[in-house]
Amino acid sequence: MKQLIVSPAPHAHSGDSVRKNMLLVILALLPAYVVSVVEFGWGALITALISVAACMLFEWLITRFMLKEPSHLDDLSAILTGLLLAFNLPSNLPWWIVVIGALAAMTLGKMSFGGLGQNLFNPALVGRVFLLISFPVQMTTWPRPLGFATGYIDAETGATPLYYLKQMIKDGDSSLISNLPSLTDAFLGAMGGSLGEVCALALIIGGIFLICTRVITWHIPVSIILTAALFAVVTGLVGALPEGMSTCQYVLYTLLTGGMMLGAFFMATDYVTSPMTGWGKIIFGIGIGLIVMVIRTWGAYPEGMSFAILIMNACVPLLNRIRPRRFGEKKK
Amino acid sequence: MNTFKIGGVHPHDNKQYSAHQPITECPLPKKAIIPLVQHIGAPAQAVVEKGQQVKVGELLAKAGGFVSANIHSPYSGTITKIDTTIDAWGMKMPAIFMDVEGDEWLPEIDRTPDVIRECRLEPKEIIDKVAAAGIVGLGGACFPTQVKLLPPPGKKAEVLIVNGVECEPYLTCDHQLMLEHGEELMIGIQILMRALSIDRAIIGIEKNKPDAIARMRELALKTIGVEVKPLKLKYPQGGEKQLIDACIGRQVPSGALPIEVGAVVDNVATIYAVYEAVQKNKPLISRVMTVTGASVARPGNYSVRFGTPLSEVIDLAGGIPEDTGKIIGGGPMMGRAMNNIDMPTNKRVSGLLFLPESESRRVEPENCIRCAKCVTACPMGLEPYLLSKQAQLQMWDEMEQHDVMDCIDCGCCLFTCPSHRPLLDYIRMGKAQVGGIIRARQAAKK
Repeated sequence: MKQLIVSPAPHAHSGDSVRKNMLLVILALLPAYVVSVVEFGWGALITALISVAACMLFEWLITRFMLKEPSHLDDLSAILTGLLLAFNLPSNLPWWIVVIGALAAMTLGKMSFGGLGQNLFNPALVGRVFLLISFPVQMTTWPRPLGFATGYIDAETGATPLYYLKQMIKDGDSSLISNLPSLTDAFLGAMGGSLGEVCALALIIGGIFLICTRVITWHIPVSIILTAALFAVVTGLVGALPEGMSTCQYVLYTLLTGGMMLGAFFMATDYVTSPMTGWGKIIFGIGIGLIVMVIRTWGAYPEGMSFAILIMNACVPLLNRIRPRRFGEKKK
Repeated sequence: MNTFKIGGVHPHDNKQYSAHQPITECPLPKKAIIPLVQHIGAPAQAVVEKGQQVKVGELLAKAGGFVSANIHSPYSGTITKIDTTIDAWGMKMPAIFMDVEGDEWLPEIDRTPDVIRECRLEPKEIIDKVAAAGIVGLGGACFPTQVKLLPPPGKKAEVLIVNGVECEPYLTCDHQLMLEHGEELMIGIQILMRALSIDRAIIGIEKNKPDAIARMRELALKTIGVEVKPLKLKYPQGGEKQLIDACIGRQVPSGALPIEVGAVVDNVATIYAVYEAVQKNKPLISRVMTVTGASVARPGNYSVRFGTPLSEVIDLAGGIPEDTGKIIGGGPMMGRAMNNIDMPTNKRVSGLLFLPESESRRVEPENCIRCAKCVTACPMGLEPYLLSKQAQLQMWDEMEQHDVMDCIDCGCCLFTCPSHRPLLDYIRMGKAQVGGIIRARQAAKK
């Protein structure tokens, strides 16, 4: 008789794989990407391609020549990092800056810690923040949305809605309200901003897809969004809003503009850099929601999503000390 | 619909191959090997000698302690030797070797198909009969049944929970037993309720067996105190602690037995054995086994007497399929891969599963991506990613603090891991180490 294979139980597997999870996240990003190509034209297409290609190249070079390991490109994580990095960049960013961002993401963010699964900080955000500090002008000049026209670089540039929101609260100047996009435009993505963050609708669709396919759980996005919304409600209640802006409007602008939806559904939920347990995830989300609103309200930058996530990434080892509720454990 | 509250996974149930196949008797072998370890606890002590003639149902070996079980002869014939044999996993174990001659039964065993309803025995008499018949939990753990029927002082049983879940994929023997012997099961349940002096029993059945739910419900209508609870499909619902949670919403605390929350759990196959022992004087000498797999010629549910070589059961099902890579004793989640099919069947083996070569190999593990799916899947609320890392680093104290001893070996963590990491392998190793440390500590205290 031929040799039988012997291994310990279980002998069945769910069929899940790293590759499958990465692929589903990439799929979930596609609706938002389609919107940004429509809105920002060739710039969105080229920036994303350069970012993905550069991330793949740097990972391959590092595994091949420095670690002397077989390539891990087929787990698709480098592609995902590249795509997420591009989503966090203005679509008119010069190509060489995109490449530098990819280099920072893959080296500082990922491979220096030992590759996939080992890094403490979200690699795409490490890349973005590196660029934000190194190239503040280019990183904060966003093209205006083109609608269905196409063009590259020569598009008009302008500030994002978050800039006006901040100034409005700071100066109590209600004339700035006219510079804001309508709430419908903000929901559909017809406004300035980083490549992938503008269309809240597409990002929410992608996020719900990820929750339904059980790639992510509800804890992080829901706790971020609720915390930020609550913060905005309090801002309205203490009378910090100028005339002509209701609390309800402010809450919606808070949630629909900037990197809120992209951060809540795609950046903060990165497996490697988020906590392992339900309560850990909820505290992680509350922390991000609070920090982002503090930065948006009082900080030097108009947007704080990247910083908020990176700061909370650093707290993850601590949050992982929170245990899940054991079977049979009495509720305290 | 009810289910347990923490974790769990959804493997394909793959029961289509052998579901609804009527229970078929396996022919008697010419030579049989009856292992003396067919249960958890001390090995049974042989009470027969070489050359002795025995009949079906005669005691071959008596329980070797409080937690142990009698073993009876499944055949009539001559004892040829008492020696050791190699079990399916390559381990040596003591066994009685027999030449099978005819099929002569002890006269007190009732072999008629009549269903005997009346039972006027006192609880003590029932428990004695169960113990004498060598009945063990046939759900897989093989814990001697009479021990469960004697709650420790200060504890009182309130409800009997009948395990008709059969959450292991592929296996269908319990399902078929409920369909064919529902009436006997209902009598067995009443006998156990009598033995425990309780008036409530709940039969938990997963909803992928609607005909069994309907059949047991129909019978429960005529029986006072017995209720059928359809359960949502989720593995490991047949785990004792999970089933109690699903049926009565109580969670057995860490390290405690079900009796702590007033529950006694028995599998349907065990209860059928109780019926046969108490009403028909038939000791536990056979069980229903599922022989299955996608390429098996005649998958089905076979009633097999213990000691029959597995190879004869396999022949009955049409032989080993061409594409077989792995043969599993039990189901795919908790069953054990075997390297020897000459070993005899015993009380422990609830099924034989043939997996094709293509499904037999572990996939090369990748880095842990900290997706937390193992934490979500663990039905005991543990952190498998952490425990396996601690085991790798030999951090035994930390493993104990992280409740590794609560692990029930269900395999949900490894099943769900997208990186195919050998989580449970490491956890098992750690559990063995920590268990040793705890026992040594307790011994030192004494």
